[in-house]
Order: sequence, then structure tokens, then C-alpha cells
Amino acid sequence: MHELSVTENILAIALKHAEKARAQRVTDLYLVIGQMASIVDDSVQFYWDIISAGTPAEGARLHFQRVPTELQCLNCNRRYAPADDDFACPDCRSQQIRVVAGEEFYLDAIEIE
Amino acid sequence: MSQRVTVVENILNANDQIAEQNMAQLEASGVTAVNLMASPGAGKTSLILSTVDRLVRRLRLGVVEGDTAPVTIDSERVLAKGIPAVQINTGGGCHLDAVMLQSALTQLDLDQLDLLIVENVGNLVCPANFRLGAQRNVLIASVPEGDDKPYKYPGMYRGVDALVINKIDLLPYTPFDMDYFCRGVEMLNPGLATFPLSCRTGEGLDDWIDWLVEQVRARRRV
Repeated sequence: MHELSVTENILAIALKHAEKARAQRVTDLYLVIGQMASIVDDSVQFYWDIISAGTPAEGARLHFQRVPTELQCLNCNRRYAPADDDFACPDCRSQQIRVVAGEEFYLDAIEIE
Repeated sequence: MSQRVTVVENILNANDQIAEQNMAQLEASGVTAVNLMASPGAGKTSLILSTVDRLVRRLRLGVVEGDTAPVTIDSERVLAKGIPAVQINTGGGCHLDAVMLQSALTQLDLDQLDLLIVENVGNLVCPANFRLGAQRNVLIASVPEGDDKPYKYPGMYRGVDALVINKIDLLPYTPFDMDYFCRGVEMLNPGLATFPLSCRTGEGLDDWIDWLVEQVRARRRV
């Protein structure tokens, strides 16, 4: 359900930037979404087709760049993708970690005509 | 002729801006707002009712209840305690957003409140993304949900200022591994204020109440 409000926000941002650039229409949107952001691409696409209709972004292609979760061990500095049920460093088993990637949630760029 | 335009704008930027306005409004009135998030059945309403019982004579309280359907069970239980409650019906929506809280705030006399408790919609996914403008975000986990939740919903555990672990009276009857659970939490959110408690028995509630009072005290002398 929250993909609807997310998609509405994507459309609003794209149209705002398109208008600023005096574009006739928006042809492509490049989204960067981290694994932890809990967004279903297909669902966004579904809502997109409905809510973009009749706007300058109608029919624009959505490109999803999914960023996998990446953690860094603060002890040995190793960067790794965590297991589903364990976030500890696979090398030194340290639990002192930081999140390097996976929380992205933004519209990176649009293509306009 | 096609042209690429760099945007780099957070998708929920519009929501975040309204959330900032909400927070400014709360700050101006000296109100501390707490956004309570949890899965359905974790004990949001129970925690609110227990909290109200312990604080009603010490602080001026208000409650905003988020519900997916126009049922007034929760807000009526709060109103029965004699404190102001506003219900937000999301019409099936899975989370509160900043605009919904903004409209709820207009229905409350903020200058007459110290602590505003906002009960979000029961859900461990969407509420994490939609900031409301409450100064504190709190997650209620509960023992029967299982000890794997930090690993399955990292986004939710990353973004909170305090964690309540409710229903600890059920620990002897479940395989819930508190060490495994807390290890996941600690890695995602180091040093997170955590309150294991039971709304049913009252065990552990005092520490939670002290923490809440401390959050209010930082903003207003009580």
C-alpha cells in the first residue's frame, strides 16, 4: 500500500524538475533504492502506469537501481553483505558495524525532451 | 532531443518537509511527541493505557490514534481516561504520514500539553519511511513475534530512539532468545535505549516511564 504514496512522490518530484527545465515530456526516471528501503519495484510500476497517465511523464520508463545492503566491520574494516539472520563480521565476528549501503531512497535523474 | 537532468532528491522529501514543520510547531508549544510504532498486536494501545495511568497526574497528556478503519475502540479507551485523544483514520493506508499528523495537531490545544503520544498504524515496514515530526520515534517489539525481527526489518530498528520489548511475562513459554534479539538490535542501532517490560504485569514499566519523563523534562520543566 505505501508504494502508492511513494509513487505519487516520485511523480511530483519528476514533474517539478521537468517543469524547471521547461521540458515537454519526461521519458525516463532513474531511481536508486536500497535493499533496506522495502519498496517493491513491480508495485511502483503498477501505480506509475495509472497515476502518470495524462501528465507529461505518461509512459516514462522507470529504471530501478537496487543497492544491496553492505556493512563494514569497525574492527577489521572488512566490507560484506550480511547473512539474513546474522549481521556480525564473517571474518572476525565483531558486532561493531556500520551500514555502508542499502538505505538509499532517491530519484537520481530524469531524462526529458 | 533527449536530455538528462540530475535530480538527486529523496523520494519522501515532501513528507520530510511537513514533518519538519510539525516538529517546529511542537517545539514552539513545548510539547514532546512520541511516535509509537509496532506490528499489530504488539501492545501499542496497552502501553499507551499503562503509560497514561502512570503519568496522568504528573504530565498533561494527549494521544493521537492512527487506525486503518473508522473504528473508535482505541480512542474511546483513551478518552475514558479523561485525556484528549484525536483519531486519524487512514482509510486502509498502512502508515501515518506527516500531513495526517499536521491535521491532527490542529485539533489539539498544544499549549495545554506536555507529552503527545502518537499511535502509528500496526506495521513494521512503512512507518519507518514516513517521518511524522515527532521528536522521538519508539518501536514496540513483543516476545511472541519472535527474536528474528531486527534481522527481518532492519529499516525499522535503524530509525528509532528507543525500543520497548513488551510481553516479557511470556518469555518462559516461548523460544525467544533475548541475546540473539538484542545482538541484532545493538548492531543496527548501537546503544539504543531498550525497555523490556510487561504491560500485563507492570514489570519494567517504571524505567520506560522515567525515560519518557526525561524526554519531556529536556523540553519543559515538570
